[in-house]
Amino acid sequence: MDNFFYYLNLLFIETYKILFLLIPLLVSVAMIVWLDRRVWAFVQKRRGPNVVGPFGLFQSLADALKYIFKEIIIPASSNKVIFVLAPIVTMTLALVAWAVIPFGESFVLSNINVGILYLFAVSSLGVYGIIMGGWASNSKYPFLGAIRSAAQMVSYEVSIGIIIINVLVCVGSLNLSDIVLAQEKIWFIIPLFPMFVIFFISALAETNRPPFDLPEAEAELVAGYQTEYSGMMYAMFWLGEYANILLMCAMGSILFLGGWLSPIDIYPFNLLPEPVWLIFKILFLFIIFALVKAIVPRYRYDQLMRLGWKIFLPFSLFWLILTSSYLFYFNLLPTS
Amino acid sequence: MKFLRIIKTIFLLDFLNAMLIAIKEIFKSKKTINYPFEKGQISPRFRGEHALRRYPNGEERCIACKLCEAVCPAQAITIESTERDDGSRKTTRYDIDMLKCIYCGLCEESCPVDAIVQGPNFEFATETREELYYNKEKLLDNGDRWESILAANIKADNPFR
Repeated sequence: MDNFFYYLNLLFIETYKILFLLIPLLVSVAMIVWLDRRVWAFVQKRRGPNVVGPFGLFQSLADALKYIFKEIIIPASSNKVIFVLAPIVTMTLALVAWAVIPFGESFVLSNINVGILYLFAVSSLGVYGIIMGGWASNSKYPFLGAIRSAAQMVSYEVSIGIIIINVLVCVGSLNLSDIVLAQEKIWFIIPLFPMFVIFFISALAETNRPPFDLPEAEAELVAGYQTEYSGMMYAMFWLGEYANILLMCAMGSILFLGGWLSPIDIYPFNLLPEPVWLIFKILFLFIIFALVKAIVPRYRYDQLMRLGWKIFLPFSLFWLILTSSYLFYFNLLPTS
Repeated sequence: MKFLRIIKTIFLLDFLNAMLIAIKEIFKSKKTINYPFEKGQISPRFRGEHALRRYPNGEERCIACKLCEAVCPAQAITIESTERDDGSRKTTRYDIDMLKCIYCGLCEESCPVDAIVQGPNFEFATETREELYYNKEKLLDNGDRWESILAANIKADNPFR
């Protein structure tokens, strides 16, 4: 009986922790959609959403409410089980990855030793939601969109993987907290700046953001894999997409911008709690994401593939060799 | 030249330039209006919601000549008329199906007494179709409500006709 209560207690504690992470995350996803639209509008000298709530902050909540009350239409010729499963898979995978993101030195849901590997694996699985959605819709535009996104995400995952290895040879650990702590002296963005740029561009491709939003290129493919979705199912795709973007921003700030560490370890800066710095960095990266959306035209598909396979992959491999040679020659390789 | 282009591409110079322009644009004044709270300028010729006008003494202007009914390309107007006790011809029914109407302004153009006019109001969306089948009372009511603006618009547009 004691054992039972012990496990029950554990269950409750873990549930609280998960809710403590998930609810702010979902709220911030809603806010980030607002920020995205707002930045986009401002660059184009428009006003953007500004009616619902102060500065239109609650626009996303109003949108969510609308999505909830809309009818879910399931096409007659679709594969119904997979069709319903696809948005659930997308959103679950986007949220599950946040379990290993460290917000502070001891402020992490599960501090596993292969954190970065887990993160990489889960974000790679994200493509399944899109393929399932596109395939199960049984209609041409979603199908084409799904094929495009599968090819695109797989190509850019390769270069992201090599960029991550670049960071790992400097750290000597797969644990995300160790990666952050290794940047106490100098953030990796300084020695590995080209890798940061390539990571950022690959992250754009990975999350299907402009200029790499070919899977949902509205001029050619209506809305890509989301064409047949409506109501709450569409909203789940949308939530998953933005949660993924935030995840990529978090990954970028952990790998290159020193995660929760403050930029300078002196009096006024180190007063702020650790998570605040990580949130600042995520926001900074996200604003660049939003700006990029406003200023760049869409890539053609062959250009996208060329960039991924012929430029990013060889270059990141070259830089990996350079980094490891440098570390080896000057005997700086991390020893654990 | 080609070398310069390669340098430009590698260091993403065009991209950085675009980023700077975007950041500058953010702080410039907005070119759009804050619609439900502020509205754009409307020309006196604007063809919005219909209205039937009256003379200053309260008499309806419409003489039931049915020119508007005849000219209406969408056949949105239905008129029935009768002779009144004082011998004048007046309408007993004047319906406009606002859903059929294409807002071309020909009714206003054809009217010899400036009775049917299209006012500046364009915000008359409704929740049901039935509310957009306008009858005579509704149109006269519109005329009474917008009369000052309608008269001013007609006066402003007069020199150009």
